[in-house]
Amino acid sequence: MVDHAMPARAGMTAKQPLRVAGLPVGAILPRSGLHLLAVLLGIVLMLPFYWALISSLKEGPEVRRIPIDWWPQVAQWHNYLDVWTVRFFANWVFNSVFLTLVATAGTLVSSSLAGYAFARFRFPGKDLLFTLTLATLMLPGYVLLIPNYMLFWKLGWLNTYLPLTVPFWFGSAFFIFLFRQFFMTIPIDLDDAARIDGAGYPRIFWSILLPLSAPVFATAAIIEGINQWNSFLRPLIILNKPEMFPLSVGLRYFVVNPGDNLPKDHLLMAASIMMTLPVIILFFIGQRQFVRGVVMSGIKG
Amino acid sequence: MVTRAAAVPRAMVGTQGSLRRDEVFWAYAFLTPWLIGLAVFIVGPILFSLGMSTFNYTLGREAEATFIGLGNWVRAFTKDELFWPSLGRTFLYTAVVVPCTVFGALLTAMLLNERLRGTTFYRTVFFMPHLTPIVAAAYIWLWLLSPQYGAINEGIWQLGVALTGTGFKGPGWFSSTEWALPGLMLIALWGAIGGNMMVIFLAGLQGIPQELYEVAAIDGANSWSRFRHVTLPMISPTLFFNSILACVAAFQTFESAFIATKGGPAYATWLYGLHIYRNTFELFDMGYGATLAWILFIVLSVFTYIQFRTSRAWVFYAGEGR
Repeated sequence: MVDHAMPARAGMTAKQPLRVAGLPVGAILPRSGLHLLAVLLGIVLMLPFYWALISSLKEGPEVRRIPIDWWPQVAQWHNYLDVWTVRFFANWVFNSVFLTLVATAGTLVSSSLAGYAFARFRFPGKDLLFTLTLATLMLPGYVLLIPNYMLFWKLGWLNTYLPLTVPFWFGSAFFIFLFRQFFMTIPIDLDDAARIDGAGYPRIFWSILLPLSAPVFATAAIIEGINQWNSFLRPLIILNKPEMFPLSVGLRYFVVNPGDNLPKDHLLMAASIMMTLPVIILFFIGQRQFVRGVVMSGIKG
Repeated sequence: MVTRAAAVPRAMVGTQGSLRRDEVFWAYAFLTPWLIGLAVFIVGPILFSLGMSTFNYTLGREAEATFIGLGNWVRAFTKDELFWPSLGRTFLYTAVVVPCTVFGALLTAMLLNERLRGTTFYRTVFFMPHLTPIVAAAYIWLWLLSPQYGAINEGIWQLGVALTGTGFKGPGWFSSTEWALPGLMLIALWGAIGGNMMVIFLAGLQGIPQELYEVAAIDGANSWSRFRHVTLPMISPTLFFNSILACVAAFQTFESAFIATKGGPAYATWLYGLHIYRNTFELFDMGYGATLAWILFIVLSVFTYIQFRTSRAWVFYAGEGR
């Protein structure tokens, strides 16, 4: 819907000359004021992380001491090791990594294939299928989750990893759309040239499109990887054996079932930070791709 | 609209019948996983779920399942005492969270669009809350907002000491009925103000032709009218897009409420998502749960439709040459 404006816009950003501020405060506040604003906002947004960090480095009782120590008296870095001894923490981390990898790989493979079909082929029923694909994006998760839960129950898949992995090998509308959009930016002449050289469709996909598609694969991998890592409701309803939980669900045990009634807040904070860290690292590695993906999926939506 | 673009002129295909058949075969070959997924995990379940909503059915008790027609709908609208309050609460939550996050994200994007030195650094910092898994964020905030030991209430107390000599008592947050919902709103605001929406806004802002501002400046427009008459109309499609997505997301809020409050205290944060969860996955009242999910879908559709209708009045598409 915003499509038409985009091509013209894309060129603009590179060579923008002198700027006239578009922000009202730009004229009122001097540049230093804007910097101050940015720094303040940054501090406010970072405060929860700081709080989690100092809490995670305190001793159990110190966490609940008033007045608050704004830095732990002695930083208890061993808390980050102690976390691994709580319940099945090591299992949870492993499970999360495993589920994230398997589900993400499935999404990439199945969605890129479908995206290729929608981007490059002409076949009967294409418009209908593509519209249907986009329409499924409108459905709230719960509408699908409930009957799917029944399906998994019928298949005897509850309490297994199958519902958390298998469906992702059958495509996801959002990523199909993302891949299609990207493939359509690759000149079709490349396909035609390869076809003249005798390449079939699978070969064109494998040796022409794939090598040029690293950005979109990286984008999709980061977005879906983060989604999977954070996934909570699905594993919550599917699994009931604590040793099978992913980290997102396992964290509850620091609160719900502390074992010895001693406060576990410091460990919960350490665990929360440890759950957040991989996401932030992944983001740093692929920051450029990620931002591009967000913009691509957002503006062309 | 999007499908049109697919009709790229093809150099060779189409003139040769055999190649064409080959093309159709491979298209469906590549689509096979998705077609199976669409049928098994999406279309099939949707139809099944529609059917389910006409039954009184508890998981595992096939024998006792009874067809009750619109009975589940009647039950939701007239008998379920938690239904209307949870729906109203979700509206309230959405009505506060969406404007705050959307305009907060727009302002943040405008700040970053000022090209301050260190913008990349700021952008990364602003984006980090969005990257925090909602589960971890909920636990961190639960602890941050702890009435007794949390940093926020301690800060409020110290502020009181500094200003008046006696400390201010902070709100009870997740343990009080008045402040639990605002607590959830804070979590949402924190996560969204520098998140995806901000990134999308930033791209939109960077796409506004600089000439427009220059022309406006020559015409003597002050910074407010430049914002009002250039930035706002040019960014309105993005604003619209972000608002719709934000509404859909806010309406389905589940994790933060489930973790921070479990809907309490005294149902103060019993959002619609929790209501669905409770009926479906704790009471296993599947027919009723499916109905509640469909009601959510209808509410969201109506909501989105209204937004599309009203958008004609305020969303400006530069490409349409109006």
